[in-house]
Amino acid sequence: MYSFSYHRPASVAEAADLIANAADGKLVAGGQTLLPTMKHRLASPSDVIDLGAIAELGGIVVNGNIVTIGAMTPHAEVAASGEVQEAIPALAALAGNIGDPAVRNRGTIGGSIANNDPAADYPAAVIALGATVRTNRREIAGEDFFTGMFETALEEDEIIVAVDFPRPEAAAYMKFENPASRYAIVGVFIARTAVGARAAITGATDCAHRAHQLEEALANDFSPAALDDFQAPVDRMNADIHASAEYRAHLVRVMAQRAVAACA
Amino acid sequence: MREQGIGASVRRKEDQRFLLGKGRYTGDINVAGQTHAYFLRSPHAHAVIEGIDTSAATAAPGVVAVLTGDDLAADGIGPLICGVTVTSDDGEPHRAPAHPALAQGKVNYVGDHVAVVIAETLTQAQDAAELVDVKYRPLPAVSSTGEAASEGQQQIHDVAPDNVCFNWPFGDKAANDEAFASAHRISSIELTNNRMVTNPMEPRAALGEYNSGTEEITLHMTTQNPHVHRLVLAAFNQLAPEHKLRVVGPDVGGGFGAKIFVYAEELVVGWACRKVNRPVKWTGDRSEAFMADAHGRDHVSRAEMALDENGRFLAMRVQTTANLGAYLSTFSTMVPSYLYAFLLAGQYATPLIYSEVKAVFTNTAPVDASRGAGRPEATYLLERLVDVCAADMDLDPAEIRRRNFIPKDAFPYQTPVVQCYDSGDYEAALDQAMELADYAGFAARAEEARSRGKLRGIGFSSYVEACGIAPSAAVGQLGGGVGLWESAQVRFNPTGNVQVFTGTHSHGQGHETTFAQLVCDQLGVPFENIEVIHGDTARTQFGMGTYGSRSLAVGGVAIAKACDKLIAKGRKIAAHAMEAAEGDIEFADGNYTVAGTDKSMNIAEVAFTAYVPHNYPEGVEPGFDENAFFDPMNFSFPAGTHICEVEVDPDTGVVEIADYTAVDDFGKLVNPMIVEGQVHGGIVHGIGQALLEGCRYDSDGQLVTASFMDYAMPRADNAPDFRVGYAPTDPPHNPLGVKGCGEAGAIGAPPAVINAIANAIGARHVEMPATPETVWRACQSAA
Ligand SMILES: Cc1cc2nc3c(=O)[nH]c(=O)nc-3n(C[C@H](O)[C@H](O)[C@H](O)COP(=O)(O)OP(=O)(O)OC[C@H]3O[C@@H](n4cnc5c(N)ncnc54)[C@H](O)[C@@H]3O)c2cc1C
Repeated sequence: MYSFSYHRPASVAEAADLIANAADGKLVAGGQTLLPTMKHRLASPSDVIDLGAIAELGGIVVNGNIVTIGAMTPHAEVAASGEVQEAIPALAALAGNIGDPAVRNRGTIGGSIANNDPAADYPAAVIALGATVRTNRREIAGEDFFTGMFETALEEDEIIVAVDFPRPEAAAYMKFENPASRYAIVGVFIARTAVGARAAITGATDCAHRAHQLEEALANDFSPAALDDFQAPVDRMNADIHASAEYRAHLVRVMAQRAVAACA
Repeated sequence: MREQGIGASVRRKEDQRFLLGKGRYTGDINVAGQTHAYFLRSPHAHAVIEGIDTSAATAAPGVVAVLTGDDLAADGIGPLICGVTVTSDDGEPHRAPAHPALAQGKVNYVGDHVAVVIAETLTQAQDAAELVDVKYRPLPAVSSTGEAASEGQQQIHDVAPDNVCFNWPFGDKAANDEAFASAHRISSIELTNNRMVTNPMEPRAALGEYNSGTEEITLHMTTQNPHVHRLVLAAFNQLAPEHKLRVVGPDVGGGFGAKIFVYAEELVVGWACRKVNRPVKWTGDRSEAFMADAHGRDHVSRAEMALDENGRFLAMRVQTTANLGAYLSTFSTMVPSYLYAFLLAGQYATPLIYSEVKAVFTNTAPVDASRGAGRPEATYLLERLVDVCAADMDLDPAEIRRRNFIPKDAFPYQTPVVQCYDSGDYEAALDQAMELADYAGFAARAEEARSRGKLRGIGFSSYVEACGIAPSAAVGQLGGGVGLWESAQVRFNPTGNVQVFTGTHSHGQGHETTFAQLVCDQLGVPFENIEVIHGDTARTQFGMGTYGSRSLAVGGVAIAKACDKLIAKGRKIAAHAMEAAEGDIEFADGNYTVAGTDKSMNIAEVAFTAYVPHNYPEGVEPGFDENAFFDPMNFSFPAGTHICEVEVDPDTGVVEIADYTAVDDFGKLVNPMIVEGQVHGGIVHGIGQALLEGCRYDSDGQLVTASFMDYAMPRADNAPDFRVGYAPTDPPHNPLGVKGCGEAGAIGAPPAVINAIANAIGARHVEMPATPETVWRACQSAA
């Protein structure tokens, strides 16, 4: 790790100020992604601004049909939240299956979506549930938030404050785990909502994305059988030592069918 | 049985400190004036070094020294050695390229050591390392085991044409060919034994201190064998004379073989602390462990079995290419030769076995012993082949094994491949395993699984291994440079408590408990009054360390022999004190009794008398402290049958271990709880190899699986509850009747798992690691 200056602001405004004035500043949330990168000397921020002391970034609030999760809420808290379990059980289950207990106790929803790892879980939920990402500057539709591999719609120094999830009629997330990292080799999130089926895929390609084809296939027949002939495009799939493109494409269908079945 | 003696599941003494966080590992030790070493490593798999400019790094803040291979050579610090000679088929010894601890003109794998930076802080050392300017001229890399010796491959070492280290045929080829020519049927298999990164929990570390007053170097390090490290570092690397070098292996967080060897880092730390005249500390991180610890396995093999019409094995032939990596690690040559080919008989009475092993160099990390070392490779090959034979002959896998087992009345049994098995009852273990696993109920379980869309399969593995390493004369005959006896010293203190000094080293095995139980049992001293001491060349007598499941079978016997000497000496002292004839003194349960009387003296009183010899027999030395050495007459041969049941999800290829049964013959058990822990750990290690662990280099020689994000280690949820049973026999060569248990699981498990998967999906073979995609593809082609 290279040397850096450490800051611990008490408000979002103060954090915004610090990051704007730093030569090469970085926000740190749970540090589960940023710190290993720094330890490997792959990142060398001049200033690290810790969001951990900012009360307004924490907490889970359910207001009518909207579940709001503060950016600094750790995965373990989402997983254990009775309110989330009641409103969107698939989201609580997703959070409860990220990494290991240490990662879940430190890692946050804000850090996860800001990082936008192509194999991360939360992006699939944010997209499929039609969530809204709220920042210190604006609101961004979940679907538009994830723009590419490790890239998001966030502007420089923009801070995620919370994510608003509308409550679906039913939802399920099926994750096929990488046996080593246990990130998603393929993850499919399916939601049945008042306006129809919504689906998102993570892990399979360079960035989590909405799966319109799956949604169309499910539009008139929300059942696993409706996806029997579904084929994910092999040429868009990632390929690595853990899974070939062909296998990933196959898994997209299997996970999608299982997710639909689990929505029942 | 004493409450805490042999056979009791005493809780581990060492867990008190481990569970309280009071363990003291090399990384925990910090000394005044300590500097930090950081190794600059090669990013290339194969390159010529055209120049190293250290000037900017040397001038960087906090830097004490930047040292390279030239400095090492100038100080006469010798290259790393390989201690076992294998004679190649041309009659010459194996090809042994120079292995400098810091590169001299060339790097041969990613992670190879180029320079060391020593600075006041680790960060300063790392910062300065970025300023070392190394001019590399990259060369094509060789990374494939199977192709390393093929035509057109880049040559890695001048001394090794075609990248061959040795070609080593063993057995009577002509007789073997004849048996094949007249066989009823020939079954064959081709398979790889996947490369593994051993990955003990604690990465390697070293702290070197030089005392210019005494000219002594003290090296705290992660070692399984402190005296072997001292011997090699002194005699072959010229680090310091043996009596001026102290090696301490304090608490060590697992070894599994990876901490047997003499590596560059520890040698360089020892040398550098004298050179800079400051303590030097190096703590390896996980990335370094992946890159530069010796890896394990990595074979490509073809095997054939000649069968008669009843499915009896007539002859077997094997061709194996073994990857030894870029350089020869300390015991590397022995692993795919003596520890492999001599185990190819397995549990079977196959009369003829012929093998050819080609060991090759590649631009990958050195490969050496890793839990099981050679025996897992032999067992996997053989037990997979046996299942293929069973399929070809349409025989039940249990039945074909039973037909070919060495019968229990044939022991000691001379195999056609050197080893003479001590004792065994292979059918008893098989029967017990089938009973425990409810083999009879398998069909119903498979049927039930099918109703859930799962394919359930069952797989057997009947393994034998050689441990209790090793009779020194045999080691010498085979070209080993060491004797493999073990030593012990058992010392009573005047107040009656006991210190046991063993030449073995405990790094997770629980010796402090097991050995105390031995002594408690034999001397009748309370368990809590016995302390086992190991791991420090300044505290213990010379010993050979821990590997090859040898500690109890060899080291334990040395302890027992030292106890015998104490008992004998105590008899003289007690006879004198109680005014009786020595011949009338009986020793039992810690007490010397005059036969037929109630006169008795506890061994603690005898010890006190020996240290305060006011009333003492003439001609007997004072003191109550004895040492002993034990050189085993033979290896010991643990054996057993493992049965694995898996469920395969055909839609994804995911394999779940549904059930696992192990019935082993380890001889007598001293602490059944510890043994069971070793069995569990070994099986999980084997499940890891079968399903998860696969170390991969790409064609440029880059390590693709360089962290736990890409290299899958087994976790608790990869393993089921185990059914464990024992079918002990009594090994006649071992005075304690023990065989060793530390590696058995890792040896027995891989073929049991793969045989179960093959059975589940109806495939002839599935390669390890049987990842979901591998199994899914096998399902596709089997369907
Ligand atoms: C062993 C391990 C296993 C894991 N397994 C999984 C898994 O299975 N599935 C999965 O989805 N993830 C997994 N993760 C990642 C984990 O979910 C992390 O929590 C996540 O990657 C980052 O969250 P964090 O809070 O730690 O962010 P940090 O590491 O602190 O930050 C990550 C990035 O986000 C930025 N950032 C953080 N907060 C904000 C904010 N409020 N506004 C703007 N930018 C912000 C930071 O500047 C940084 O660039 C794993 C991680 C580890 C170490």
